[in-house]
Amino acid sequence: MTSTMSLDWSEPLVPGEVVLDDRVAPNASWSAVVRAGHVLTIVDVGGNQSGDCLLYNAADTEERYSVPDTLAWQGNAYVRTDTVLRSNLGNPLMTVVGNEIDRQDTIGGACSKESNTLRYGHHVMFHHGCRENFLSEGAKHGLGLRDLVSNLNWFMNVPVEADGALGIVDGMSAPGKRVAVRADTDVLVLVSNCPQMNNPCNDFNPTPLRMIVVSP
Amino acid sequence: MTDSVLNARADARARGGQTSEWMPYLPASSSPYRPLGVEALTWAETVAPGGYTHKVLARGTRIRFDDPTGDACAHVIVYNALETVERLNVADTVKIPWQAYLGAGHPLLSGDGRVLATIVEDTSGHHDAFCGTTTEAWNQRKYGDARPEGPSPAGRSLFVKAAAKHGLAPRDLPPSVSFFQGIRVDADGAFEWRGSAGEGTSVELLAELPLLILVANVPHPLDPRPDYVAGPLRVHAWRSAPTGPDDDRFQATPEAHRAYLNTIDYAEARGL
Ligand SMILES: [Zn+2]
Repeated sequence: MTSTMSLDWSEPLVPGEVVLDDRVAPNASWSAVVRAGHVLTIVDVGGNQSGDCLLYNAADTEERYSVPDTLAWQGNAYVRTDTVLRSNLGNPLMTVVGNEIDRQDTIGGACSKESNTLRYGHHVMFHHGCRENFLSEGAKHGLGLRDLVSNLNWFMNVPVEADGALGIVDGMSAPGKRVAVRADTDVLVLVSNCPQMNNPCNDFNPTPLRMIVVSP
Repeated sequence: MTDSVLNARADARARGGQTSEWMPYLPASSSPYRPLGVEALTWAETVAPGGYTHKVLARGTRIRFDDPTGDACAHVIVYNALETVERLNVADTVKIPWQAYLGAGHPLLSGDGRVLATIVEDTSGHHDAFCGTTTEAWNQRKYGDARPEGPSPAGRSLFVKAAAKHGLAPRDLPPSVSFFQGIRVDADGAFEWRGSAGEGTSVELLAELPLLILVANVPHPLDPRPDYVAGPLRVHAWRSAPTGPDDDRFQATPEAHRAYLNTIDYAEARGL
């Protein structure tokens, strides 16, 4: 971690006509509907910045991203290129079509004010968390606590060791690294640019994300 | 003869007093499978293969699952019965204890930084917090039939029905955990099937808050057997005490300690 931040805003991982290009400030939340066939590139602008992410069928948000269905269907705990991000009905919501780091996480969940008290102590209860970002961003779309389920963490590194030990460790990403996901149906995407300051998921230094949607 | 109300009533009443392999036992303490050393039960039931059950339980209730044949798979979701928006959070359940494999001493955490239930006994060790339960799409592909009323219902279909009986909708179903059929994760992330630890194992949960518990007893999604193989699941529960400062597990880890503190803080504020 250095105080002189190196930022790389990069460009779409998949070429196409740009239909949306947003910059997400550190600690902030973001949402958009990505139309079927469009590709969302997420740029890790500052390097090792976790982008916590939830997906919903835009036409019926009762159908939403499901970690267990995604993992059981592919028989593997990690998200990589070609991983199909499935719903709680087993249907494809999005597919990873490009990925510039070894693997992406979907087992580490989101940070929250409450879970921070368990991990670090009650003195960090006042810190901001991804669950709070999801709630305020989700509220714009009529979503609430009942709609929060286990999520994706773009650019976060959560290995599972042989004895089942699991945890958030130093990231494998770098400024300008990208992941690209294609919408398989119209998908509402919620993102929390993780504000966590107590573990390495953001290199202890939250940085921006860039969200680019293209029509290939 | 059911040609009159009187005859229909006599016919219906003649059906009572019988038993089946899968049924609740009332009063619970009359269960033919009452666990040794337990006198007063508050819940006793044998869940059919492919069946489900659900119950609201007091704080401090001890819940025992038995897998008599080695073919049960208990998919479980727990909620705070007083505020069902507080519910099992599988990600926190593995992340906070720094451990993906469930076993004795493992807390089932909500998203609100509290322990809904603790796994207090476990003679199986074959469990799963990765794969959740089955969907209709999965069972249709695997068994060719996923109708909720058919021979190979999906776990999610059963959870939908169980949840509905408490006023909850499909959006209230978070990822679940499962007991008695296990998987492991290899170095590349691939799931290795471990299956059952054999017949006659048991798992006991302790309710740390008033609980709504949903249970679906269906084959694990990664069960490699092509047939829908499921065995009966026995459930027994009795009144006990929630985890407190006198229990070794209360301060077993700093994370667990703060989780129990949060749980007790909530319970005391609510006057539980
Ligand atoms: Zn976070």
